[in-house]
Amino acid sequence: MKKLILACLSMFLVAAVNAQTGYQVGDMASDFNLKNVDGKNVSLANYKNAKGYIVVFTCNTCPVSKAYESRVEALNKMYAAKGYPVVALNTNDPVASPGDTYAKMQERAKEKGFSFAYLEDPNHVFTKKYGAQRTPHVFVLQKTAKGNEVAYIGAIDNDQQEANPQRDNYVQNAVNQLLKGEKPSVASTKAIGCTIKWKKEASK
Amino acid sequence: MGKYFVTFILVLTFFGVKAQVKLLTLNELEQRVAKGKDTTYVVNFWATWCGPCVEELPYFEKLNTENAGKPFKVILMSLDFKSKLKTDVVPFVATHKIKSEVYVVNETDQQKFIDRVDKNWSGALPATLILNTDKQVRSFYEQAFTYEQLTKTISNVIKL
Repeated sequence: MKKLILACLSMFLVAAVNAQTGYQVGDMASDFNLKNVDGKNVSLANYKNAKGYIVVFTCNTCPVSKAYESRVEALNKMYAAKGYPVVALNTNDPVASPGDTYAKMQERAKEKGFSFAYLEDPNHVFTKKYGAQRTPHVFVLQKTAKGNEVAYIGAIDNDQQEANPQRDNYVQNAVNQLLKGEKPSVASTKAIGCTIKWKKEASK
Repeated sequence: MGKYFVTFILVLTFFGVKAQVKLLTLNELEQRVAKGKDTTYVVNFWATWCGPCVEELPYFEKLNTENAGKPFKVILMSLDFKSKLKTDVVPFVATHKIKSEVYVVNETDQQKFIDRVDKNWSGALPATLILNTDKQVRSFYEQAFTYEQLTKTISNVIKL
């Protein structure tokens, strides 16, 4: 009996930890319906020809995100036509981070000529659901019969400062393998990033 | 003439202060820590662009001052880009009058670097490592600290 209680308790604990940390590789990712910088709402399901998605949690203000902007754009140029479009979500609360308002997002997208959707995520609903911990944080999803399966979580590459021509392009490698019908050999990576600027809880 | 000389010296001192922020690899950090066997090192990973990091820096500074003369050292490892050393880090250290040792991390592969600091580190900042060679202490924290939390944590892992 004691063992059973322990087993139940540990299962409960594992569930609690998972709930806290968001998706793991192999989980089914939720679709969303969020406002893009062009004023229209975007869902993953809108991309009829997609084989999967490169979901990038990012923002306007983080120096690491900024350093990766052109590389995110390049990913979309490289893979949208092959069935893996980039969909970017801004993680930050516009009050906590005034540089991340919807208007500023529109400005940034125009200035940089983003060819991918750049969505706001009010109240961090999907940032929390996916478990993005920092910006930029990438989730590569593969469309399967069961839903959008998380195939890769982590960094875009291992060379933030573009100092190493021999860099490992994690997202490119993952998508290339998925396109070949393989599982990504490196399915999760780490990187230094900015903390997410969470909405301040209203004082009770 | 004297005035110019004073200005000249001031400029020199200013640049002298500037030169104090150096690049440091993880190997160099470990060699540095290995030298002071009886010393407790509190290594804080931060960046000028990281809000919660900047907020907790005064606590690390206070810790360093209050333990002066003891085998105790705060090392601030900045994860600002190397290219921002002169433009961001040095002016930040000057305006905040930071007395602790400050370095900019000199590693290209963050994947390896993060895992080498600690397997459980997600890469989020701030993060802090407490080290003491003689007492075989290596404790890692991916969190921001208040001054009270910091002193309590340190005295818990190392009997100061």
